[in-house]
Amino acid sequence: MRAIESEEISNAVKNLIINSSVNLPEDTYKSLKLALAEEISEQGKTVLNKILLNAEIAKTELKPLCQDTGLAVFFVEIGKGVSIRGKNFTDAINQGTRLGYAEGFLRKSTCDPLSRKNIGDNTPAVIHYDFTDGDKIKIMYAAKGGGSENMSGLKMMRPSDGKDGIIDFAVETMRSAGPNPCPPNIVGIGIGGNFERSAVLAKKSLFRKLGEINGDPELAEMEKIIFEKINNIGTGPMGFGGICTVIGVHITKEPCHIASLPVAVNIECHSHRHSEVII
Amino acid sequence: MGAIKIAAPLSDETILSLKTGDEVLISGTIYTARDQAHFRLVKLIEENKPLPFDLKGQIIYYVGPTPEKPGEVIGSAGPTTSYRMDKYAPLLIERGLKGMIGKGKRSAEVKEAIKKYKAVYFGAIGGAGALISKTVKYSKIIAYEDLLSEAVRKLTVEDFPAIVVNDVYGGDLYEEGRQKYENKYNNIAV
Repeated sequence: MRAIESEEISNAVKNLIINSSVNLPEDTYKSLKLALAEEISEQGKTVLNKILLNAEIAKTELKPLCQDTGLAVFFVEIGKGVSIRGKNFTDAINQGTRLGYAEGFLRKSTCDPLSRKNIGDNTPAVIHYDFTDGDKIKIMYAAKGGGSENMSGLKMMRPSDGKDGIIDFAVETMRSAGPNPCPPNIVGIGIGGNFERSAVLAKKSLFRKLGEINGDPELAEMEKIIFEKINNIGTGPMGFGGICTVIGVHITKEPCHIASLPVAVNIECHSHRHSEVII
Repeated sequence: MGAIKIAAPLSDETILSLKTGDEVLISGTIYTARDQAHFRLVKLIEENKPLPFDLKGQIIYYVGPTPEKPGEVIGSAGPTTSYRMDKYAPLLIERGLKGMIGKGKRSAEVKEAIKKYKAVYFGAIGGAGALISKTVKYSKIIAYEDLLSEAVRKLTVEDFPAIVVNDVYGGDLYEEGRQKYENKYNNIAV
């Protein structure tokens, strides 16, 4: 067994959070540049130029890209040859979250759902676990903003709705979202599993590198259709009108119950902050 | 067409001159408030108690900035989604509020209040918090410090960039913009 101190995990998480808040990932930056080259609306071009300029300012001045520095979302893969010393894994991640949001001067956005009282340190983080071979820990992090998350949707569809039904649901979710989720967006779609699993798959899909083609040709084709249909809605950058409403559509599927067709559509904003570390 | 420079608080003359789609640069004093601050402001009005600032002619910016680092005026400070304030906005407009800055669609009730009481809704660029923060020259928390990022701040802004979404004439940039570009995407990507 390889022993890892919980403090090492917390520190890695802290650094992921602070760095992500000011550095727009390269794939996102490139996709936005591509969108700028394609956009035909003047208003849309102005918005995209300002978004790209914002990324430059954030990087050079170490100022958060967006004031919504998100709920901290983690997908972790823990190798079977790893043992953790000190705090348990969940506490280690939450400690790293606490430190990252405090030391990075990031906004603390978690609150009690009923009293709405701010928790004050942006915990608890949302953590999804997976267990793998090997003796390493992979931590994938995303700062997930509330504006885009709020426009997401989940539907328990009928098996007879099929691919066309799924495509329509994804497109209609983006149509009704309109300008609210800070387009151009990335759309993560989870098909299958069950009620909660489809949402996890949708969220996980957002981590795929932008511009990377889906390894499943059938899903790749669906992604292409949804991409075009959404960009034909006309919403455009920040909803002021244009042809660049999405810069990525990512689908993941998993087997489901013979009676069900769960579909989750998770919307992500253009400030697509995510990064990963392997310990 | 270049951006129109306007002063805050807003005069009736300025409001009447603004049209949906106009790009503006706002300079002057504005106030910040989002979800919880709106809840409290409306409660004060309902209880006939004084507000922490006079609404007359003012602009409210829907924002909850990141904490400022030592030496900074304000942290990252882009707009939050406006519809969450729709429940409260008509009453504030009725009581003299003249402008709102945020992002995203407004309800029919808010748009009606904008027309009836002659106000304006501006859209700012969401996710451009670092860029927008540069236009904030002064910031002071004037109420509800316990709400942390949701506290009410008085800001002095210089050339704050925004665009007129809903004007007094019933215009709506989100509807007009979308219709103009519907079905215009021709598979130039991928």
